[in-house]
Amino acid sequence: MTVSDLKQSYPDSPKPKINWARNEEAEDFANTVKLFRQGKYDEDSFRRYRLQHGAYGTRMTNDYAMVRIKLPAGEVYPHQLEKISQLSEQFSIGSAHFSTRENIQLHWVILEDVSEILRGLAEVGLTSREACGNSVRNVMCSPLSGVCPDEEFDSTPYALATARFFLRNPMSQSLPRKFKFNFTCCEKHGMVRMVDVGLIPQTRDLDGTIQKGFKIFLGGGLGNKSFVGYQLEEFTPEEDLLNTSIAVIRIFDRLGDRKNMARNRMRYLVNDMGWEKFQNLVLKERAIVRATQSVITRLEVDHTPSIIKRPIRISDESGSSIPDGYTRWLKTNTLKQRQSEYSSVFITLEAGDITSNQITALATIIQEFSSEGHARAGFVQNIALRYVHDDDLPRLYSKLLTFGLAKSGALTMAAPIGCSGTTSCNLALTNSHRLAKEIQRKFLELKLDQDDDLRDSSIKISGCPNACGQHGIATIGFFGGGARVGKEMYPNYQMSLGGRSDGETMLGATCHRIPAKRVIPVILKIIELFKQNKKSDDTLKDWIHRIVNGKEDTEIKSILDMRKALDSFTIPPTKEEDPDFYNDYGSDSSYHTKTGKGECAA
Amino acid sequence: MCSMSQEKTIKTTTGIDSLRSEIRDKSVRVIDVRREEDYKQSHIPTAVNLPLANLLSDDSPERVLKLVKAMGIDDQTPVVVYDDTFGALASRVAWTLEYLGHSDVSLLETTFSKWKSLGLENDNKTPEIQSKEHSIHLKPEILATSDYLETSKDKPDVILIDNRERLNYLEQHIPGAISLPYRTLATQDKILRPKDDMKRLLDNRGISGNSEIITYCGSVGTLSGLAYYALKSVGLPNVKLYVRSFKEWKGLEKPIAKQQDANYWDLSAE
Repeated sequence: MTVSDLKQSYPDSPKPKINWARNEEAEDFANTVKLFRQGKYDEDSFRRYRLQHGAYGTRMTNDYAMVRIKLPAGEVYPHQLEKISQLSEQFSIGSAHFSTRENIQLHWVILEDVSEILRGLAEVGLTSREACGNSVRNVMCSPLSGVCPDEEFDSTPYALATARFFLRNPMSQSLPRKFKFNFTCCEKHGMVRMVDVGLIPQTRDLDGTIQKGFKIFLGGGLGNKSFVGYQLEEFTPEEDLLNTSIAVIRIFDRLGDRKNMARNRMRYLVNDMGWEKFQNLVLKERAIVRATQSVITRLEVDHTPSIIKRPIRISDESGSSIPDGYTRWLKTNTLKQRQSEYSSVFITLEAGDITSNQITALATIIQEFSSEGHARAGFVQNIALRYVHDDDLPRLYSKLLTFGLAKSGALTMAAPIGCSGTTSCNLALTNSHRLAKEIQRKFLELKLDQDDDLRDSSIKISGCPNACGQHGIATIGFFGGGARVGKEMYPNYQMSLGGRSDGETMLGATCHRIPAKRVIPVILKIIELFKQNKKSDDTLKDWIHRIVNGKEDTEIKSILDMRKALDSFTIPPTKEEDPDFYNDYGSDSSYHTKTGKGECAA
Repeated sequence: MCSMSQEKTIKTTTGIDSLRSEIRDKSVRVIDVRREEDYKQSHIPTAVNLPLANLLSDDSPERVLKLVKAMGIDDQTPVVVYDDTFGALASRVAWTLEYLGHSDVSLLETTFSKWKSLGLENDNKTPEIQSKEHSIHLKPEILATSDYLETSKDKPDVILIDNRERLNYLEQHIPGAISLPYRTLATQDKILRPKDDMKRLLDNRGISGNSEIITYCGSVGTLSGLAYYALKSVGLPNVKLYVRSFKEWKGLEKPIAKQQDANYWDLSAE
């Protein structure tokens, strides 16, 4: 018996339904690294292998990797978090990162240690397999699926079944490029038009029986060039979900561009071919799949309902007072669920970063407060704790506060996204990651998270044009680059306005180039202009939407007017006047652009 | 059954059960290296107190010899050292005894907190100690000085290991060092991983065979002391501790390497 066997744990804490891991993959990875180091494996094959196993390259070095742990449908259980906490402490930097696609990333891992991480993950049923490379990436699902008041039904079991079907499936090991599925709950909470395959659950009445199905969107995606997806058909019944997925993947596999790395996502294929032609191909291919596939080829959708059981209260603290900030947090971080008396609680992290101690604390907090016994990763580098009984919210807030996890503004504009930028990415031109943190700190300091007019707006930042920070769908989006005054360079961002990913999905309109150190003043200026010109009941998002679409009638009528109003912020001072202007965030030396080779398309 | 003595020569940690029976047999000297006030509150029965700070105030062999004698340790006394800081402080004390020439010294496999959390016996009595005679047979082969390190670190069969946390390593390290953070060495319950586990981890990193291995950390050789014992635990024959570590190296203005052009600190949520 080891000491840990003696550790008290919650006796009936639920366990995940699916084991995503394969034990032998860790050892195979270790051996392959050895062969590669001995020169017995060529660079390109090794890179493909490494990416297939979820280890991505790191900025300016071949000695380190980033390990991307998939959380299919976003689900993560307490014992899995405890393991990830340990692994981040042992093999990474003592912090981990929640991504925008429901992955947890461990950065600056020594390549030779990756196999140890895979081994640890396998112990708790997790994998990083096909988290990178040209495969079906983590299958996402809305963190509100199952609890959303507006959803037709819970799409989580379908997301899990889809993930299970394609993981390690030979069909999807060597696609022209990466391939992404997003399931959601409803129009409002999803990102279904900005992904290769986006799915919204819906039902229809078929002669008195209710039939389940999906609204499927194809060919969207964010990147150097972004496209909005198209709806395949009015209604796709659930029986056709797998047929449709296979048909789309087959067509992409057959016709996708394997040569031009910069344009080989499926959205380019759809765009080049034209939607109608692509749509026809999919429908025909689906008929073939339907007619030819074996009866045993099907999605294993597990409809066993989650057990919802309010954790037993271990100590009674009903007499203790509610700490300051509770009302603010309650307003900006929680949502009422479809199930009465329950709320979903969102934890916002600065640009998705969390310390290993906080992850361990989170594991305990889930056991103590979530009646479903696990957590869900969200779409914006955050975590959701669901099925928290309303009576437990004050106690949960106190607990989160103790561990620095109670930042307010999770569901507001005060929770910006920043990709990893120059902290670890080879392609990055600016420190978008730190900029997102700086904006969040400023917003919270100014209490802008409490402003209802700003609540449904968003800020998203990428460190280069490739859009991992999803700037194209932000109310105010930024992507990084370098600018020059004479011989001097400074970090600069291209700003776009009016992007959104809801039912009226559109890409932001390009507005201006803003120096990194002027981004925060510019955002505050936009808010100020909005306040001066807003109509009653107006939100910043609506106001910007009208400007972008030429429908605003006050001082700022167009993107061009906005541009003029912000001109003064974009003039560079001399280096003598303001030396800090020439440094990026997180750096005290002069800015210069430096990039390595990306390997998203390896 | 009769080959126990063979085992003993490579023993780096002592199990909880063994220590408890050795305490019952009165055949062991237990050293608690925590601060005096912590020791006075409670400690493992029969343990004597040697706070690390006390040792470090003067760790010349002459002084250490005096301390060892006063703790009632002769050349044959088995010594077990423990702390409450994942074995790092205990390692530094154990290494110092080893350097003096005391061969039978090992680390308790767990920390005092773990010991207590298991409900094992502890008391607050300071034992009465009869001072004993001890010889000096210094073991320079387990010590690395800055001069030694400078001349040997670039040799092909020398491996230099930095045991500080990853971000500190990325920021600055001794050129040629590889990073093996001290956290990597432990499990949840024990200060060192099981032997097979440790061996696999080190093999992956190319730390094996007959290479000379030198460990260092931030300032006084605690984290790297733990690594010293981790390496010994898998039977690596030639391990040295650069006991004055990075603090001295930096103070002497010797060359330093850095991972350039990346803002890795901004990934930390600390």
